[in-house]
Amino acid sequence: MTIKGKAYIAGIYEHPTRHAPDKSTAQLHAEVAKGAIEDAGISKDDIDGYFCAGDAPGGAWPMVDYLGLNTKKLRHIDSTETGGCSYIIHLGHAAEAIAAGKCSIALVTLAGKPRTGAMPPRASGAEVDFETAYGATTHNAYGMCAMRHMHDYGTTSEQLAWIKVAASHHAQYNPYAMLKDVVTVEDVLNSPMISDPLHRMDCCVVSDGGGALIVTTPEIAKSLKKPLVRLIGHGEAMKGPRGGKDLDLTYSAGVWSGPRAFEEAGITPKDIKYASIYDSFTITVLMQLEDLGFCKKGEGGKFVADGNLISGVGKLPFNTDGGGLCSNHPVNRGGMTKILEAVRQLRGEAHPKVQVKNCDLAIAHGTGGLLGVRHAASTAILERV
Amino acid sequence: MSEVKKYPAPVTNPETSAFWDAAKEGKFMIKRCTACGEAHYFPRSICPFCYSDKTVWEQASGEGTIYTYSLMRKSPTGPYAIGYVTLKEGPSVQTNFVDCDLEKLKIGQKVKVVFKPTDGAPLPFFTVA
Repeated sequence: MTIKGKAYIAGIYEHPTRHAPDKSTAQLHAEVAKGAIEDAGISKDDIDGYFCAGDAPGGAWPMVDYLGLNTKKLRHIDSTETGGCSYIIHLGHAAEAIAAGKCSIALVTLAGKPRTGAMPPRASGAEVDFETAYGATTHNAYGMCAMRHMHDYGTTSEQLAWIKVAASHHAQYNPYAMLKDVVTVEDVLNSPMISDPLHRMDCCVVSDGGGALIVTTPEIAKSLKKPLVRLIGHGEAMKGPRGGKDLDLTYSAGVWSGPRAFEEAGITPKDIKYASIYDSFTITVLMQLEDLGFCKKGEGGKFVADGNLISGVGKLPFNTDGGGLCSNHPVNRGGMTKILEAVRQLRGEAHPKVQVKNCDLAIAHGTGGLLGVRHAASTAILERV
Repeated sequence: MSEVKKYPAPVTNPETSAFWDAAKEGKFMIKRCTACGEAHYFPRSICPFCYSDKTVWEQASGEGTIYTYSLMRKSPTGPYAIGYVTLKEGPSVQTNFVDCDLEKLKIGQKVKVVFKPTDGAPLPFFTVA
């Protein structure tokens, strides 16, 4: 069985806030749910599937109750938690549930406020005594990947900087972006070193906010008023040090999730017109582009250089909202916003300055957890019908 | 380079207590599977490669090379370098580098284990050999 073409994204919403001291996390979930419901033009009471991850206060059952979902109708619930890529996995799981007839209108929500509230602690696994004391954080875990990638393939800080430069070119047109200034490679290299070899400008922003999706059947989507965008391929995968054998931090679980998604969609990376690639750090983008097959392993540096990711300039326009590097990174989880901008591109609703012409095939890909330790990855291939 | 940092004591559990008992005697232990011959880290009772339960404790040399590292420039307890060391015995282990010039770390550099005290069992770290 395949999910190809069996589920459509009928509603999207991205919260405009980047700083929400006066709102609760649950409230932000409700606001994005309301936004996506209104965008789709459906009724809240028609929702029969709900998806959320670790950012939802208390998990699915308090959220379902707080959101006032119709519990007489709600028949599919999924709280798969894989960090920042949870929502891309939710999209695939929603499509599976829809294809199997287990629900017909699914709501996916993400929201939170790492800028103005406390973040829940990351849960520990069996490794706790053997790792926690060493202080792995996002910065240094991704720094370790970048360091080894540079060692093995000659990747440079200048090449990584081009990823931030491209994001900044796009962010200048996003009125909601936290960082709207166009930056240069030199700006990135001159920003303070945070965790070698990653500079401050290699790192994404920390923002409050959120986003939501409505995923539905082809029949319901066609009865609504939005341009038709459907999921045609999906993949998910996980990777970790696995007992420390043959450790290789230069590739991610995207090497597995990507081909699974492309195979299901029946297309190749060459067919993709627009790419949303999770940009927690510049190295995240570079490694994902390699892992997804946009270039060969080790050639990501050359691929991203000289503006190749800038819309209207390069061959692969990416993160045209400014991405996590410049626009927002709600709850330190970038998967949702990757889907949202891909849908805007396919609908033709991106900013005119960054809208990709004839954008009919897009990819939304993300990772979750710590790339240099253990992580998940998920890939979604979307098509405008 | 003085170590004023306070490290958390391992909680330990029945599966790993032998590791921490050995650490108290300055021994760095790994697990090896007698069925497939593979060593692994951190220690498990079931071999993560072949799923045999015939795993045994083995004292490692404590010697290895830096696979990768990253120097965290700021933290509430000051700069620190996290990394992975590939042990002579094969497995790579996550660690911090201590008691050496963190600005001069290099991939491929030879390092050796050194234990640091906690309120419980001591924790393994690595320093330049």
